[in-house]
Amino acid sequence: MPRQLCTFYLNDLYLGVDVTRVQEVIRYQEMTRVPLAAPEIRGLINLRGQIVTAIELRARMGLPPRPEDRQPMNVVIRTNWGNVSLLVDEIGDVVEVSEEMFESLPETIAAGDRELFKGLYKLNNQLLLVLDAERAIGITEGREARS
Amino acid sequence: MTLDDEILQEFLAESRENLDLLDRELVALEREPAGQQRIAGIFRAVHTIKGTAGFLDFKQLESVTHAGENLLSRLRDGRIKFTGRMTTSLLAMCDAVRQILEAVEQHGNEGEGDYRSLVDMLNRLHMAPSALPPPNGVRVPLTLPPPPLVPTVDRSSVLRESPPVEQHLELREVQVAETSVRVDVGLLDRLMNLVGELVLARNQILQLVDHRDATFAGTSQRLNLITTELQEGVMKTRMQPIGNVLNKFPRVVRDLAYSCGKQVEIEMEGAETELDRTIIEAVRDPLTHVVRNAIDHGIEMPDVRVAAGKPSTGRLSLRAFHEGGRVNIDLSDDGAGIDPERVKQTAIRRGIISAERAARLTEAEAIALIFKPGFSTAEQVTRLSGRGVGMDVVRTNVEKIGGTVEVHSVLGRGTVLKIKIPLTLAIVPALVIHDNGERYAIPQVSLLELVRLEGAQALAGIETLQGAPIFRLRGNLLPLVYLRTALGGAPRGIAEDDVLNIVVVQADDRPFGLVVDGVSDTGEIVVKPFGREIKDVSVFAGATIMGDGRVALILDVLGVAKRAGIMTASRERMRTDDKALDASAKSRQALLLFQVDDDSRIALPLAKVARLEEFARTRVERAGRRKVVQYRGEILPLIDLCEFFGNGHTQELTESLQVIVYAEHGRRFGLVVRRIVDIVDETPDIECDAASPGLFGSTTIQGKVTDLLDVVSVIKALDPALLEKRSAA
Repeated sequence: MPRQLCTFYLNDLYLGVDVTRVQEVIRYQEMTRVPLAAPEIRGLINLRGQIVTAIELRARMGLPPRPEDRQPMNVVIRTNWGNVSLLVDEIGDVVEVSEEMFESLPETIAAGDRELFKGLYKLNNQLLLVLDAERAIGITEGREARS
Repeated sequence: MTLDDEILQEFLAESRENLDLLDRELVALEREPAGQQRIAGIFRAVHTIKGTAGFLDFKQLESVTHAGENLLSRLRDGRIKFTGRMTTSLLAMCDAVRQILEAVEQHGNEGEGDYRSLVDMLNRLHMAPSALPPPNGVRVPLTLPPPPLVPTVDRSSVLRESPPVEQHLELREVQVAETSVRVDVGLLDRLMNLVGELVLARNQILQLVDHRDATFAGTSQRLNLITTELQEGVMKTRMQPIGNVLNKFPRVVRDLAYSCGKQVEIEMEGAETELDRTIIEAVRDPLTHVVRNAIDHGIEMPDVRVAAGKPSTGRLSLRAFHEGGRVNIDLSDDGAGIDPERVKQTAIRRGIISAERAARLTEAEAIALIFKPGFSTAEQVTRLSGRGVGMDVVRTNVEKIGGTVEVHSVLGRGTVLKIKIPLTLAIVPALVIHDNGERYAIPQVSLLELVRLEGAQALAGIETLQGAPIFRLRGNLLPLVYLRTALGGAPRGIAEDDVLNIVVVQADDRPFGLVVDGVSDTGEIVVKPFGREIKDVSVFAGATIMGDGRVALILDVLGVAKRAGIMTASRERMRTDDKALDASAKSRQALLLFQVDDDSRIALPLAKVARLEEFARTRVERAGRRKVVQYRGEILPLIDLCEFFGNGHTQELTESLQVIVYAEHGRRFGLVVRRIVDIVDETPDIECDAASPGLFGSTTIQGKVTDLLDVVSVIKALDPALLEKRSAA
């Protein structure tokens, strides 16, 4: 069975996660800030009564902050301990990929960035990076714990 | 789930209940070995496990329980005498069964355990005194149990076909069991979550109600009522008797007492007291720990007890009961009690407090040191308790669920430990405050009071002690924490500090003031867990969803206090600097301002005011020439200050009297005034001598001339007998 990826855009990157890991995609929601939490945690949203942590994927990947006038989208990822939302710039299509299109990351990509990706698919017109959802959600320790 | 799985799950759950019963009954049997009926009950429980084990083809389990059953059947028939060694072996059998069941649950097989020696021992026990070869399977003439009165769910029918038929006794119990249905705990949790959602949706709907639309208003009102009832109903389904935890204790106590060489008897009361199951789970470990502690440290060795004139068997009593919407669990023992001096010495040795401070502690404060991290009074670390992670962990765990722990002890007489816990965790009453643009909820359990300071008062009310802000609340020092800075925000400019809202909260017995931007509302909130990503932020206990659908964080008061350093550094500092502050406190005092007519302003020291009361004028009675009211079981003489200071105006007859209950010369008087104005902290320097009798003089308070009341001279002028009588007595 060909693999399906839910794709989205972040800065100038084209990214995808396994579609089975995605609970849903929703537009920007008002968030409640969490003081003292790790900087990439943007806040908490109410997803039909469930409290979901929103993680700024740009901050997670060390990209520049999103321009003020652009509102992020929520990609809600299922995890074993509840849902987590990844904030991304824009949503793309669900893309079907086959294994012969897969390639591991080129050696030239810095080690720090590598760990967030499982590899890439060579599509006809562009490259699709496969995000490692677990790593993307795995948060560095909160500021409080560090101090 | 397949049918087999279901049968297996059912078997595991049922066996666990049976094992708990066995533990309890075996210990009881050891105390009164005569109970034939009890032996029959034990026999049945073992037999049920054995029967199903055979049915499900668990060979090990079957052989262990079979050996136990043989021994029990001899006992039941009176062919052998009951001995203490039998209890030990039978309890060992229970443990073996538990072990096997655990393996079955986790790995699906019986595990690697070797139970041959246990089986041998059980066999030897029943062989020894009886020369007769054991006949195979003792059969007693039986009547079959009648068909159940209530139709039951079919899934258990497979189990009912299993061998046990010796159920002719206590049929009543069987029927009781069948009026209830076993429900998966996960389902109840989901139901509770859904009800939580419903409560939130209800709250949102109620905010939308437009009272011009009568139908909508009516319907939402009904929704409101039904939701509340449903919420209560579902909460009840999650309630479990605390006995589920307590029932394990007779066994724990027996084993522990046995291994310490002590004699201990436990009595329990209120096992039927109900609690939410999440709380039951949360108190299980702390309770076990304190019971162990009581035996290990509390109850003395039998010879010591006898020498002290006590019965050689120590008594441990566990009492659970509802009180004021909470559950109290009292654990008392008649052991050695806690020696405050020894506690102090240990605390000093462990570096928990300084010797100088220890000397100033009261007995109760000294005993409370056992809750400090790193404290353990055990002279030697024993297997059972005393690893220095004892009572502080108990306290932390109880406080985590919004409960409190207190300890009272009389040296040589015993110790009482009082644990108070809330009934449920899922829905709690809370105060909603806002600060720095966000809303936060503070659970009511940690709330003491709200203080609002305005204008100049706000600025003057805050003093600083070595950089730590402090507020003087009715003469007591209250450390302040600015929520904004505690949460890592920039401090608020002083200029804006026109209004200061202080939420007085309590963490670890120690009150402190949380300064917030504003207080919004109170209400019931549904506590929701939040993601693992922010679990390590200890200042939040969870999150909730507000009426408008947005998320609000729930503050963990203890976490805030720890983060702000209230619990450690400043606390030490406060103690050492008490004296310095005392000196400056003398010059300032809290004054109660009141009026006796429309333009008077009189002050008196708040320290002597017992209470402010309002009495209906009809309650005033006469005793001789005196006006009195009956107040808290005593006769309170009234001194009418309006009359005393009134300048000829006839007092309009209001329906009620404003009365300051005032203590002087060891008795109480009621001072009747027109109205209470305010309470202020001032340095009452008399700037002008008395303008009339009954006053010390005048000063300026809040920019206005205020008279200072001389209560004694007023009383002397009006009714000198009141003071004399008491001084003569």
